[in-house]
Amino acid sequence: MTTYENFKFEVDGDGIALVTWDMPNRSMNVLSQSSMADMASIIEKIMGDDAIKGAVLTSSKDAFCAGADLSMMGGQAGGSGSGSQEDRVKAMYEGNLKFNMLLRGLETCGKPVAAAINGTALGGGLEVTLACHYRVVSNKPKTQIGLPEAKVGLLPGGGGTQRLPRLIGAQAALPLILQGTALTPEKAVQSGICHELVEPGEEVAAAKAWLKEGLAQPKIKLGKKGPEVYAIAVQPWDREGYRVPGGDPHSKGGGQVFTIGNATLHKQMHGNFPAQKFIMSCVYEGLQVPIEAGLRIETRYFTKLLMDPRSKAMIRSLFLSMQELGKGARRPSGVPAFQVKKLGILGAGMMGAGIAYVSAQAGMEVVLLDTDRANAEKGKAWSEKLLQKALERGKTTQEKADKLLGLIKPTTNYDDLKGADLVIEAVFESRDIKAEVTKKAEPMLAEGGIYGSNTSTLPITGLAEASAKPENFIGIHFFSPVDKMQLVEIIMGKKTSDETLAKALDYVKQIRKTPIVVNDSRGFYTSRCFGTYVGEGIAMLGEGVPPAMIENVGKMTGMPMAPLALSDEVALDLAWKVREQTKKDLGDKYVSGPADVLLEKMVVELGRAGKKAGKGFYDYPSDGKKKLWPGLSDLVGKSQDPDDLDVQELKNRFLYIQALEAARCFEEGVVTDVRDADVGAILGWGFAPWSGGPLSLIDMVGTAAFVEQCDKLARKYGPRFTPNKLLRDMASKGETFYGRFAPDKEKAAA
Amino acid sequence: MKAIRDRNGLDTSKVDDVVLGCVDPVGEQGGDIARIAVLNADYAETTAGVQVNRFCASGLEATNMAAAKVMTGEADMAIGGGVESMSRVGMGASGGSWSTDPQIAFKSYFTPQGIGADLICTKYGFTRADVDAYAVESQVRAKNAWDKGYFSKSVIPVKDINGLTILDHDEHMRPDATMQSLAALQPSFASLGELAFDGVALDRYPEVEEITHVHHAGNSSGIVDGASAVLVGNLETGKAMGLKPRARIRAMASIGSEPCIMLTGPADVSRKALKKAGMNPEDIDLYELNEAFAAVVLRMMQSLDIPHDKMNVNGGAIAMGHPLGATGGMILGTVLDELERRDLSTALITLCVGAGMGTATIIERV
Repeated sequence: MTTYENFKFEVDGDGIALVTWDMPNRSMNVLSQSSMADMASIIEKIMGDDAIKGAVLTSSKDAFCAGADLSMMGGQAGGSGSGSQEDRVKAMYEGNLKFNMLLRGLETCGKPVAAAINGTALGGGLEVTLACHYRVVSNKPKTQIGLPEAKVGLLPGGGGTQRLPRLIGAQAALPLILQGTALTPEKAVQSGICHELVEPGEEVAAAKAWLKEGLAQPKIKLGKKGPEVYAIAVQPWDREGYRVPGGDPHSKGGGQVFTIGNATLHKQMHGNFPAQKFIMSCVYEGLQVPIEAGLRIETRYFTKLLMDPRSKAMIRSLFLSMQELGKGARRPSGVPAFQVKKLGILGAGMMGAGIAYVSAQAGMEVVLLDTDRANAEKGKAWSEKLLQKALERGKTTQEKADKLLGLIKPTTNYDDLKGADLVIEAVFESRDIKAEVTKKAEPMLAEGGIYGSNTSTLPITGLAEASAKPENFIGIHFFSPVDKMQLVEIIMGKKTSDETLAKALDYVKQIRKTPIVVNDSRGFYTSRCFGTYVGEGIAMLGEGVPPAMIENVGKMTGMPMAPLALSDEVALDLAWKVREQTKKDLGDKYVSGPADVLLEKMVVELGRAGKKAGKGFYDYPSDGKKKLWPGLSDLVGKSQDPDDLDVQELKNRFLYIQALEAARCFEEGVVTDVRDADVGAILGWGFAPWSGGPLSLIDMVGTAAFVEQCDKLARKYGPRFTPNKLLRDMASKGETFYGRFAPDKEKAAA
Repeated sequence: MKAIRDRNGLDTSKVDDVVLGCVDPVGEQGGDIARIAVLNADYAETTAGVQVNRFCASGLEATNMAAAKVMTGEADMAIGGGVESMSRVGMGASGGSWSTDPQIAFKSYFTPQGIGADLICTKYGFTRADVDAYAVESQVRAKNAWDKGYFSKSVIPVKDINGLTILDHDEHMRPDATMQSLAALQPSFASLGELAFDGVALDRYPEVEEITHVHHAGNSSGIVDGASAVLVGNLETGKAMGLKPRARIRAMASIGSEPCIMLTGPADVSRKALKKAGMNPEDIDLYELNEAFAAVVLRMMQSLDIPHDKMNVNGGAIAMGHPLGATGGMILGTVLDELERRDLSTALITLCVGAGMGTATIIERV
């Protein structure tokens, strides 16, 4: 019997080969270089061995296959390697095409192959099964069937863009590929992706039964002169008279799918994400030609995508870095694992209530304390509301919901905090109030317990002065709404110990969120950088850029919200107050920005404080959509002709001002790890995800080009665009952030 | 083509080529309809035929090409014009990749024309009342022209095989249309816009907060059938055949314009043609701009400062319809009739064109 590193291979008495994917030392099968090499020899074996009549492909793991090895893809992306650019592109194209043609060989070898999908089949895993002639899937509720490549900026490059639309039609296939939606086994059968749904454990038997029945039937001639093959070993698209379900792209129905699909994508993505557009092209072009040509088209786009620096940046930040941070890349080693069993929360407002929910969800006992009994109860009621919604959507059970609610204890009594492993303070942003509650709560901590503040703006070192043990005091900054926002910003005060940091990170891991670690400074990292985006929008308003243009261009950069609308949401009076406080604190050092004057006018003179006031940069009619306040142009007193404005420059201003601030934070030591900076930006304030984050953006533009552009902007719009010393230094040396400050992966892996 | 022959006692063997515009040249009107028309009209078999496509300006483009053939000496005499049977071959029947192929749809910011027309209104400040008022005036002018017989020379009745008249007038007119009756019509492109295309247009025109949808069936061109033909020749051949020239072509031009808003080409191409002719906008006695949508005409009048009493004086496609490939030749003929009736000299004929273009011709009576 032949042996393979990643597969078990056995042939039964009926001549049916059972190929079991079983990668050593891994909990999941992935498409790696070595598993693809094995697969190539197995396919050759099936094709060449006359004793083999057909084959069943399954997996020994809980999942079938999770898809491609993304670290491998991340390495390939961006086209690193030796040789000329053309040689590297060619090598990548040919390498990728080889796998595609391998699967094409499998589906045309004349022998029937069935996939026995015993668990999750995603990405390349599903693509392999799509090249099989029959798919049996076991009915495990947690099984996911889908092509999620687009979520990390890739496209299914193993025939997925060709076979799925040929199987179920472009209209049904496109949303699944473009959004990366995963289906349950039941839905996968209903949509026609899989053929048969069976109970777990029965998938191989069902696949064999299908094979035996088909093998018993007489062979048919493929085409007029073609070879004799088993009828069940012919894919639908290789049969005579095959037509794409729903029509090809130039049929009446097909044309609609693409015309509307293109426009919808354009509207949503503003052309920032190359993968989705390429997916549309693969399907559009591929459905008009025979499948071999379609597979070549797919490989051409796949190669082009891998060569796009955006893909590399997205894979790195959205997948690899996020995973590393989630697994504790920034945790100081040598501190024993810490577990929060009891958590105290001070302040049952929106943040406190949200923290209570996510913590109880992780099984912690939560004491939710407020000065007012009714407030504390209201904070708990928030969890009830979220659970009610989850129940309605079938995401939880009554039993689980009751258990979770039972873990949250609303109180006004500090004694109830006794024995807490962690207390998180989420009271009003006032130094005095924070100092008072710190003094009251700290003595209640368990031995070895730590104290966290959820402040979003006040420096931690100052707040820690109220603490008896400032080494145990740390910033744990959540984002709103807590149950939805994945990021937690951990802030080190001057005296915070590494042990406390490790404990805080262990807590974040318990609640399954992604942490970044930053050092103490005004606004820390996220609030500080985020403010520049909004500030730039207000500055443009002051220059007479038409308000709608500011808003639309802001969204076109890939930011989730337009700057003026965002200002209204956050509240203009709050922004104004923060600026006033900063002015007071900094005294002569405060550099006034162009946004200050407008903000003061809006808040102080006009009382347009934002959305909560019903008027801000927008009007909020009770009976309709918000509209930009028509008085804005009079307020500014000047208006530029939109036809004279350079949209690209406006876009650059929005992105560069944020990236510049991130680079300054890096130089000042506010952030010290490039992954923290990029992941924190994307998860924290929604920084244009296509760029991979602000530092990835600078790397992509090229440090020297970025510095040059910023100098140009500084001459036109003021010193806020002047590049910092670090950037100039990097530019002169031709360095990148991910080159000069490459994170210590070995430490991360440890 | 038969009418041209019969009115002029034309020896068709002297017609070198027939250039016909057709926008959806498939099905019945596919396969070089110009040559088929030559054969069907019993022209000399030496007369060639070619079909061209510049979307809505095809008929005018065909006339310009026929003229160019004469100017270069390729032809002594040629016919330009066009044909579209929109009742039998549906709009868009010839397909294409413009909206469906992601590679081109994205870079051209593809949006349907109606949304481009609505965008013109939002960007350049025309209201629903403005476009409706323009539409009502088009109906009034068309009715007046029909009632007074201004189109008697340009309308050729459709007859059956027995010589019985099937149709001898424009069926599309709604002379009873009023501001009130138009106000009752729902905008046609609001739902398509909301679905996705407004978003695409705003990416190209970010200065617009939202597109106000104002166009509907009552202030846009009608979907109709039609055909047109214009005989063009050089002086020598005309003299030899005893033909009396009515007008000469002073300038011709085509231009590309921004494809997302799509319909602003007429002003651009008019400037280009005027420059070629050494003329200013005020030197033109009558303007004829295809009424694809009311906004198209309002924008050109705004841009070139053209008074409404010089523009589309006998109504246009809002009242009488726009048989895509035919219109250019039709409005060249009707405006020449009107120049003669008013005893004026110059006219500029132009149309907005899909994918962002414009085509124009300046004629002068001789």
